[in-house]
Parts: sequence; C-alpha cells; structure tokens
Amino acid sequence: MEKFEKITGIAAPMPLVNIDTDMIIPKVFLKTIKRSGLGVNLFDEMRYDRQGNEIPDFVLNKPQYREARILVAGDNFGCGSSREHAPWALADFGIKVIVSTSFADIFFNNCFKNGMLPVILPQDQVDLLMKDAEKGANARMTVDLQAQEITTSDGTVIPFEVDAFKKHCLLNGLDDIGLTLEKATAIDRFETMSAQSRPWV
Amino acid sequence: MSPKTLYDKIWDAHLVDQQDDGTCLLYIDRHLVHEVTSPQAFEGLRLSGRKVRAPEKTIAVPDHNVPTTLDRAKGIENEESRIQVEALDRNARDFGVHYYPVSDIRQGIVHIVGPEQGWTLPGMTVVCGDSHTATHGAFGALAHGIGTSEVEHVLATQTLIQKKSKNMKVEITGRLRPGVTAKDITLSVIGATGTAGGTGHVIEYCGQAIRDLSMEGRMTVCNMAIEGGARAGLIAPDETTFAYVKGRPHAPKGAQWEAAVNWWKTLKSDDGAHWDKVVTLKGEDIAPVVTWGTSPEDVLPITGTVPSPSDFKGGKVEAAQRALDYMGLTPGQKLTDIAIDTVFIGSCTNGRIEDLRAAAAILKGRKIKEGLRAMVVPGSGLVRAQAEEEGIAQIFIDAGFDWRLAGCSMCLAMNPDQLGEYERCASTSNRNFEGRQGYKGRTHLVSPAMAAAAAITGHLTDVREMMAETA
Repeated sequence: MEKFEKITGIAAPMPLVNIDTDMIIPKVFLKTIKRSGLGVNLFDEMRYDRQGNEIPDFVLNKPQYREARILVAGDNFGCGSSREHAPWALADFGIKVIVSTSFADIFFNNCFKNGMLPVILPQDQVDLLMKDAEKGANARMTVDLQAQEITTSDGTVIPFEVDAFKKHCLLNGLDDIGLTLEKATAIDRFETMSAQSRPWV
Repeated sequence: MSPKTLYDKIWDAHLVDQQDDGTCLLYIDRHLVHEVTSPQAFEGLRLSGRKVRAPEKTIAVPDHNVPTTLDRAKGIENEESRIQVEALDRNARDFGVHYYPVSDIRQGIVHIVGPEQGWTLPGMTVVCGDSHTATHGAFGALAHGIGTSEVEHVLATQTLIQKKSKNMKVEITGRLRPGVTAKDITLSVIGATGTAGGTGHVIEYCGQAIRDLSMEGRMTVCNMAIEGGARAGLIAPDETTFAYVKGRPHAPKGAQWEAAVNWWKTLKSDDGAHWDKVVTLKGEDIAPVVTWGTSPEDVLPITGTVPSPSDFKGGKVEAAQRALDYMGLTPGQKLTDIAIDTVFIGSCTNGRIEDLRAAAAILKGRKIKEGLRAMVVPGSGLVRAQAEEEGIAQIFIDAGFDWRLAGCSMCLAMNPDQLGEYERCASTSNRNFEGRQGYKGRTHLVSPAMAAAAAITGHLTDVREMMAETA
C-alpha cells in the first residue's frame, strides 16, 4: 500500500449530507474486475449529463477544484453499500483525504486499506474547513498525519484524532494481510480450540 | 463476571488476538462471496501466491449481475457482467470454495442462500463483501459487510482486523397492528434514529414485537441495520431460530445439534449489561410506512403528506430540497396521491417465501393497474420453487406480475432490470438513493403487502384499506 504522510492541496467543498456510495460511484462501474481507472467516473451521475458532457455547476468540474486532493463533506459521508470502488474512485481522481462530521463504517475502513485518510471533526471545525474550501484554488490546506493536524490556508491549525494502529499502517504503507499472517500461530491455535468447542462450525 | 451483551459474547468467542491499543483479530466462521466485490480479492491472492485458508467455510454465489428473465440459460448479454460471473466461476473452481452457479436451483441472493442452506448459524461470525450481510444477524450471528481488501484478508487469513463497536439496544415493545410488518419496523427505526443513528454501534433488536416475528421477518429487520448506520444488527436466537435451522443441509445433526443448541441458548444479553444507546418504539405505534425521499431515513406513515424542507434543520434542509426535486414531489401532497408506474417485489430485504405470501394475500383475485409494470423476483431458486408449489406464483401471474428467476435484480439494477428516467417505483428493496434503481429513477421503499396494494391501485396505498375489503 502507498504510504500516507502529509499532503498539501486544494480542498473541494461538498456540504451535502448523506453522500452515499451510489453517488460516489454508480453501480454500472462496479462491473470491472480491476481496481484502477475509476476516477473518471467518480460522482458520475452528478458530474456528467446523459450525453457524457460535464455539468459545469458540479464542484469537481469547476476550474478551481479539478485538482482537488481533499474533500470537505457533509455528515454521514460514504453511507450505503460496501463497494470499495468508492474509495478506489476517489483515490484515482486524486482525493486522498475526506473530512466530515461522520462516516459510514465500511467506507471509513475501506479508505485506510487504500492509503486514504478519512478525518472526523466536530461540526464547527468542519464548517470552518468548508468555508476555507469555498475560497477555491488559492486556498490550499495541509494534512499532516504524523502531527495529526490540518492547517488551513490562513494558517489555522486544527488537530484531529486517528486510531493509532491505522495511523501506523498508513504512515508505513503496511499491508494488513502480511501483518496478520505474522500471527498465523495464534490463528492455528484458535482453530484447534474451536474444532473442540464448536465442532459444528 | 460482569454482565455481557449478546454482541460481547459472540465477540469474545471469536477473539484470536488483541493488541495493546485495542485492535483485535477476529475469527470468521463463514465468508460469503459474490461476483461484484470479489474478483480483485482473488486476483490479489494470485499475485501474492496465497491460498484460501478455509475454503470449506467460504461460500460463493453469483447474484448481482445475473439476468432474471426465464431465458437466462442462454447467457449474459452484457459483456462486463458476463466476465464478472465467469471470473467467479473460475475463482470458485481454482480456489475450491463451495459454489452455487447460476444453473443450480439453490442459486439466489447470497443473503438468502446462506440461511436457507444452513450455512448461517447462531453465534457465528459471518462476513461478505456486501453491506446487507447484516441480514444474518437475525440468527444471533455477528454479521457485517466488508470491502474488497477485507474480502482478500478473510480469504487469506480467515480473520478480520477489528475494533469493537458500541452496544445499542433497539426495543420494539408490544404487538404490531394488522397490516404492519417487519419492513415497517425496520424503516420506522431508521426514521426515528436517522441513517447515521447507529454509526459505530452494533444493534440488538429485542422486545415482544421482535420475538413475535418469524425468521423471515427478523432477517428483514436486521437486513436494514446498515441503513441505520450500524455495523451489524442482532436478534438473540430462540426456539423460532432453532426450528428454522434444524434439518437444513449444513446445520449440525445428532449429538452436535444438541451441543450446538445448548450453547446457542446462552446467546442472549445478560440482565444489567451495559448499553451505550437505547431506542424504544411501541409496536402499536408503528404504521405501514413509505419513503418519500432519497435516503432510507425519509420515512413517513402512509397516511402522511410530503414534508417541506423547512420541516428540517441543518444540512438536512438542502438534502430535503434536493430529494423533493429528484423525486418530483411537492410539499403537502398526500402520500397516497403519488402515482407509480413500476412495482418491484424481491431483494435480500423482502425476497423470501413469507414476503411473497404477504404480497400474494393482497393480490389474490385482483389485477394490477393497467399499464403498470410489476415484477416479482424470488430471492432464490428454492424460494421460487416453493412459491410455485404453494400456488403463489400463479396468483402473481394472474394478477399481471412478471414471475422471474432469482437474483438481486432491480434492487440495485446492475442487471437489465432497471427503472427508466423519472419512472416511479414502489419497491420492497432497501435503498432509495438517487439512481439506485436506474438513472433518474424514483424509488419508494415499502413492505411486500404495501407494494402489492400499490400495484393494484397504481398509486401508493394504505394496505389496511384493502385488508378491510378482503375481510
């Protein structure tokens, strides 16, 4: 997995609440057997008309946000299905950080598996970042995972919480499966014990 | 020992390892796999030269992409869909996991096949690369959806890296009134708590109204725990559960059955267990409900009217306006005045035999509104066969419904079963998101009985009025 340490970039504002995974990547794009190339279809039904033309009003189509690397979003971002295509599409577009007051559980976990950082902050701080993001391309934010801080374009520093283990994996680009396989003996032991206590499983 | 919740007990029984920071390794008893979220995971195994650790605990079935028309034996027309299903065929064979191909009568929606075949048992951990894995919680199994990276992790290690969620109790007291079903319970809970109300929690549903439900009804309730934001939904196993499980192909037998039941009987929350959140609804207060918007929390009793954005606060004001625009509705409009042009009965929420019986009871001797498109998609080949045997299939056909083969179908519209632009559907599925059932399609979530009632009148309808007519 790609390491995540610190990024500086444009933040795009999407204040809508309950942005679901069907919005992030509609199901027609789930038919792929690959992980790559989904960025062009990120937010497809909000971003393009039926003829495939860009809808100019959509935030990521605006000239100042086309290179966005951070998304500041409304409450309950990523609700809905378990499709990892949602974080794949965001990452492929270039968005590595999403800030919101809350995230749906599966989406939240999926982000960490793909070198992405979802940040949960209280409403007033999300509002502050939303205002900063609304300034456009000149307002670049910095997200520093090691320091657990977001710095706005005017230098305001907002600290954030992150799970220690997930932080460690992101900073070092660690592969979960490799880490778990180091515990193979414990898994073997559990299976032996379980075969005794719950033989019907 | 301090009192534990059902969730605590299942968690403790599956703990392989715990790090100092609370990160845990949890053993997975059953891994269900379908064609959409697994190809990249199997590919990952191939690239790293890994095997499936426990193929005997891994069950695969294609469901999302499969056509549901009677001629599907001729193959899948859409090339990408066909490639995905073929990839599952190949992966199941190469890695030696249990498999129910499209041609097998046991094929169906993964969350219907698992319980039907006895793969899902009380006290288990069950995962699948699909958010509606919550369904299996009806058996008192800890069941939840995972992403594709986690699918690969479970395939390779039979474990999942997890942190424990909080405990939330949702109690439905008393009894349901006639015409009110499990679907109305689960939607009403989401209406009360919001789609993020359960975030970070595992919900245990309890109370008389839950106890009174069949296993089919309990699966409907747990299925939509995810729509309330919860990691999983659980219902403590009881005699109803044991009776459902007994004799299923992969259920324990003989002495093992006795041992299993003895353990399953201990799987309930202790008195005095700690709950981080408690929500109580009175069963008598729950009405047949419909959704008016584009989030499952946009729930109202069928007797209500379309709300105005000014009825909401904060970010929901903009969301409500957007939902009304998308749905083409006007504040103040009576919900029963909303005309529909499609009815879909099916999905992992409401595609089981009892759901079909409930719809058929309303449809018997009646016809659907002229010009309306109505389809019923049984949740599995076995549900379909049973419905045919019971004469239910004929009731649907006589009423004017299209009687289909098993699959996810129009719940997420990955196969050709889709809504056209601005088409409006009364649907027994689980999500009314923008574009969910087709580009610009409009979805109203309802119970199977309510869907049947709407099919007859051509508009959203209070099923209780039709029940009065029948009686």
